[in-house]
Amino acid sequence: MSSITRRRALGVAAGAAGAAAGLALTHSAVAAVPRAATAPAAGPAPAAFDEVYQGRRIRGGASHGGGHHGGHHGGGYSVTIDGEELHVMRNADGTWISVINHYEPVATPKALARAAVRELQGAPLVPLTLT
Amino acid sequence: MTVRKNQATLTADEKRRFVNALLELKRSGRYDTFVTTHNAFIMSDTDSGDRVGHRSPSFLPWHRRFLIEFEQALQSVDPTVNLPYWDWTADRTSRSSLWAPDFLGGTGRARDGQVTDGPFARVGNRWTITVRVDGRDYLRRDLGAGGRQLPTRAEVDSVLAMETYDTAPWNSSSDGFRNHLEGWRGVNLHNRVHVWVGGQMGTGVSPNDPVFWLHHAFIDKLWADWQARHPRSTYLPAAGTANVVDLGDTMRPWNDVTPADMLDHTRHYTFDTAA
Repeated sequence: MSSITRRRALGVAAGAAGAAAGLALTHSAVAAVPRAATAPAAGPAPAAFDEVYQGRRIRGGASHGGGHHGGHHGGGYSVTIDGEELHVMRNADGTWISVINHYEPVATPKALARAAVRELQGAPLVPLTLT
Repeated sequence: MTVRKNQATLTADEKRRFVNALLELKRSGRYDTFVTTHNAFIMSDTDSGDRVGHRSPSFLPWHRRFLIEFEQALQSVDPTVNLPYWDWTADRTSRSSLWAPDFLGGTGRARDGQVTDGPFARVGNRWTITVRVDGRDYLRRDLGAGGRQLPTRAEVDSVLAMETYDTAPWNSSSDGFRNHLEGWRGVNLHNRVHVWVGGQMGTGVSPNDPVFWLHHAFIDKLWADWQARHPRSTYLPAAGTANVVDLGDTMRPWNDVTPADMLDHTRHYTFDTAA
């Protein structure tokens, strides 16, 4: 298992996938993956949280620019489960989804983190595995 | 000529060939490149930034092109194979033949969601989940968990009745056919089916479950059905829209295909019933 971040893994994997699938995947397509959303979605920034839920440490709050927690699409908000970043995204109506629950919006990042913990059933959140 | 059939009508031989082609793409590593590409787009498509594969007008032409590419990969293994579609308004329970051991296998077991029968079960050792977002490397499902219901025919018809393809702001908050079909607004069709299946189908790496293709082949058919019902409606927006793929703009990752190129599915395949 590589220790590179999920986003870096994704960028690399997307390039490899394009090449392997015979796609004309350009540099810009790869570069688009790690780029941050430009503006937060509707509503005020949600409150930070830090709790143990079903035995897992879930934390959420404003993310700091740069570093490897920059560049997600939560409008400057990041969520971790046992210290590992959960990719989250804020919808235009202010609801939230994550890479674990991508098709079912919930009201808050805390609800999103809790939903991910339930879905994970104890499994660790890990960086994408490169083949 | 490729004819996409309702999965419920496939013969035993057609099911066997489809499954074998999937397993061969998986064995060769080609299958996982499609999972990776999908997840890359799902994580980068945002309501307030560039959006191509999801939550945007190009959701439909993007997935049409993605499925054509996948179908061509299947056909490179077995030229007789075409993508079937799953009409989840008709085959709407976990007892459907879709989920039988000779086709996709059934729901996951209670303890860990693991699919334990069919060609894609962990025990067969031919379907390791490699492109993943958590530690689990086996296919999972939780069909209809919590009493969830698949969309009904009446709900589908209510969405097909919408005349306007898509509306500003061209994202998950839009009114119009595309966003109601995608499911971010209204009765919720496409998104709800992902959630109903559960397991990897609820995540960004949803193509890990082969039912992804059958689900999207039906979503794609509903687009064709909508076109037939509204011959004077067309893809929107036409031009000049920031962060959004207009009718004549090329789509990533291919960069050589536009929504306009994807409007007529009959250039690539037909369906077993008239659209």
